[in-house]
Amino acid sequence: MSHSSAEAIFALELQAVNKQFSSGSRSVNALRSVSLTIDKGAVVGLVGPDGAGKTTLLRLTAGLLLPDTGTITVFGHNCTDQLADVHRLIGYMPQRFGLYEDLSVAENLKLYADLHGVSHSVREQRFQALMSMTGLAAFTERLAGQLSGGMKQKLGLACTLLSQPALLLLDEPSVGVDPVSRRELWSIIEHQVKANDMTVLLSTAYLDEAERCSDVILLDEGHILAHNSPAAFKQSMQGQSYRLSSPSLSNRNLQNKLSGQSDVIDAVIQGDKVRVISANKDLATLPLFNAEFEGIRIEATAPRLEDAFIALLRAQHPLTATQAISPNVKTTTVINDATVIKVEGVDRWFGNFQAVKKLNFSVNRGEIFGLLGANGAGKTTTFRMLCGLLPVSNGQLSVAGVDLSKAAAKARARIGYMSQKFSLYEHLSVLQNLNFFSSAYGLRNAQRKNRIQWALQQFELEAEKNTNSGDLPLGYKQRLAMACALMHEPEILFLDEPTSGVDPLARREFWNRTNQLAASGVTVLVTTHFMEEAEYCDRLLIMREGDILTSGTPAEIKQQVRSVDLPEPTMEDAFIQLVEAKIS
Amino acid sequence: MNHPNKEKYMRLQGLIIKEFLQIRRDPSSLGIAFAMPVFLLLLFGYGVSLDAKHVPVGIVLEKISPEARSFSAAFEHSEYFVSIHFANMKLAQQALEARKISAIIRLRSNFNRQLYSHESAPIQVIVDGVDANTARLISGYIQGTWNQWLIQFAAQRGISLTQPIMLEQRIWYNSAVRSRNFLVPGLIAVIMTLIGALLTALVMAREWERGTLEALIATPVSVTEILLGKLIPYYLLGMGGMLLSIAMAVFLFQVPLLGSLWVLLITGTLFMLVALGMGLVISIAAKNQFVAGQIAIIITFLPAFIMSGFIFDIDSMPPAIQSITYLIAARYFVAILQTVFLAGNVWGIIIPNALALLFMALFFFALALRRMPRRLE
Repeated sequence: MSHSSAEAIFALELQAVNKQFSSGSRSVNALRSVSLTIDKGAVVGLVGPDGAGKTTLLRLTAGLLLPDTGTITVFGHNCTDQLADVHRLIGYMPQRFGLYEDLSVAENLKLYADLHGVSHSVREQRFQALMSMTGLAAFTERLAGQLSGGMKQKLGLACTLLSQPALLLLDEPSVGVDPVSRRELWSIIEHQVKANDMTVLLSTAYLDEAERCSDVILLDEGHILAHNSPAAFKQSMQGQSYRLSSPSLSNRNLQNKLSGQSDVIDAVIQGDKVRVISANKDLATLPLFNAEFEGIRIEATAPRLEDAFIALLRAQHPLTATQAISPNVKTTTVINDATVIKVEGVDRWFGNFQAVKKLNFSVNRGEIFGLLGANGAGKTTTFRMLCGLLPVSNGQLSVAGVDLSKAAAKARARIGYMSQKFSLYEHLSVLQNLNFFSSAYGLRNAQRKNRIQWALQQFELEAEKNTNSGDLPLGYKQRLAMACALMHEPEILFLDEPTSGVDPLARREFWNRTNQLAASGVTVLVTTHFMEEAEYCDRLLIMREGDILTSGTPAEIKQQVRSVDLPEPTMEDAFIQLVEAKIS
Repeated sequence: MNHPNKEKYMRLQGLIIKEFLQIRRDPSSLGIAFAMPVFLLLLFGYGVSLDAKHVPVGIVLEKISPEARSFSAAFEHSEYFVSIHFANMKLAQQALEARKISAIIRLRSNFNRQLYSHESAPIQVIVDGVDANTARLISGYIQGTWNQWLIQFAAQRGISLTQPIMLEQRIWYNSAVRSRNFLVPGLIAVIMTLIGALLTALVMAREWERGTLEALIATPVSVTEILLGKLIPYYLLGMGGMLLSIAMAVFLFQVPLLGSLWVLLITGTLFMLVALGMGLVISIAAKNQFVAGQIAIIITFLPAFIMSGFIFDIDSMPPAIQSITYLIAARYFVAILQTVFLAGNVWGIIIPNALALLFMALFFFALALRRMPRRLE
């Protein structure tokens, strides 16, 4: 069986595609004269900031939207008038996986097999192959709604792979999914490409995933900024990536001083060094040779895809003044040893299921403390108990010196919580949300006015203050949610997967703000699935099935997996090795 | 490669099985499909009655005579009344004002004289008119009791007493005059509206809300298949609800079914298609469950309840409202249901109403098919 018509050379071809959306008086150019070709057998990653047009491009390709102008062809079949042929060739997984949550794993598979007309003769064999590949074989009777995020994602993928599509379209397949599951997803994709001669187009916010693709397309505001192989992207950055460390300055201080300097495109903490992208290949232009940076050590390092991504996007979106300059935050004296969170022997049961088992840890004032773990490890449950939203089954919890079992409300006045779903009022404007949250925290008159002004400026929301929060791009929503959690100047800030699905540029801004908060004495607890973000934490706790797997500084944790084969493990290597060692 | 028709059949089968699995798993759709009908039938079958029975009436005998006693005894033996004696009119009026009694029957001191002299009505009746419907019923019952007593009284004495007007009524089609007999058949239309329009609107909106429709339309499935995949399961469910209601009406509430079951099933199919069509159109307009549910209740369920002739007689509505009822599908089906149950296969009523339903079904389906998005916008 041949998928392609005789003259088709490309798996996918877009010619001068334009797409505009309008709601009310606002209209957005989602795609602007986009032309591209994707070769058969390629694995193409679609990256770019929020609102760049990634989802629109995938939906147009899946025939779910019509282009305003231009043509889209899949293996020579036009997406506008040969939709039935196109649908026979593609497998499309939308952002929320498209699963029926009240159907079991087996029932979902059977439904999609029926919908794609997979004949009964090959069906059983494909079911079995996909189930063993995804590790879902033991869960075929479980309802899809009761699967963890990682399992849902693999089931969604299995459903789209049933028909062995010639072109696989995946929209952010790994949002909110832990590193172990992501690695499994990639091995499935790579196996399918080889075994079934499949072409893949996927959008992702993870640049390490994009690095595994054969080609990467960088979209920004509906334009293609670049379309190249990852190697070519990295080659273009040769001689501009460095790793710096200073004997006198902490990494966070060093990073703060470097970011915003002229000729420094980007500065992020990476392990025990600060990674810097220089604006040109001559290192001498970096402003590192004054007294402030005494004794600084500089080493050249191999560029990553992320370096190219940041450099290309920064050229389009220069840092604004607020992002570059350290904001004027209230600085409290940082007493490093003051314990602000103390967890002693905490258990949490849900019926017969123990979500958290004998948890012990403590967090010091001004620390950024990371909570890591696979989906379902007990992170969110722990968070909710720390915020006083969920009582403990056993054990002691004290937050900001207050015993949560006795005075949860008192403790809550001193903490800020930003949930995974951001918990904003979608039909209220930015300003109305800020007003509501400040009134909920009991701020009045001048104080409220000042805090709202601070939030609009600090989080760069002034321009969007009258927009309904539901209409904001994800990165803006995240900023607004964080602003709302900070209205009452809490001592402790809880952030539950704050950067899930947020692009690298917006993540940098987020971490800049978080670092500044920590520097001013606010204690930050954060959960994340981005392992490079774990490096930004002072200390980490990795959970697995309600237990503490390990804890320590990022360097200590990576030290645990260092070996001859892996002299410089990344945080992701460490995470996967530690989690898997425990399973076996 | 499979034959295209075989694939089509496979896809449709897959969608239908999926829908039934979802119905089985979701307590709320099971509730709307089975628990609500049973609840409504029990409520209207047992709880709500438009008949007046055991009505408290006050009797004032201003002069006690054997005739007056005999007349007041007629009320004591009637199942329609509970009689309470008052010594004078003033006390009886107080009781009426306090709503302890619904009517006063006053036999003046000249009762005997007027009874034999044929001059004018010898009794005075005062009825609490706050509830006009009940007031009419009560005055009718009192009139009837009076007439009966008079005939009996005359026969006993071997004399003839003529009245200015003597009424003899015969009631056709619901000879027991039980309101249950016309409420329960009408209720079937309300129940089917609930399953057809509300449930369909909700489950379709759920597909939008959960993002499953996005995955669905990226597969080779056609719009017609998606629509049929919703229609067939909910048609079967609705007809199941109808059979359940008919069975309860006939066996539990003893409502006579004079016409044929086949006529009910065929016209029921037409009505079900209208309801399903409305449900689909609503869900295409409102893509979230809350809004779809609200709209379905306001434009299908409530009109079926109050403007279909199920409880309130359409002929006694103001003309403007009467003309609106022509837009309400339940009106035609209620007329068919009440006719088939209580009068039999009266084709003169069944056929025009069935044609109206057919026309409405075609209209809503054409609209659903036209409006159902083939893409996400």
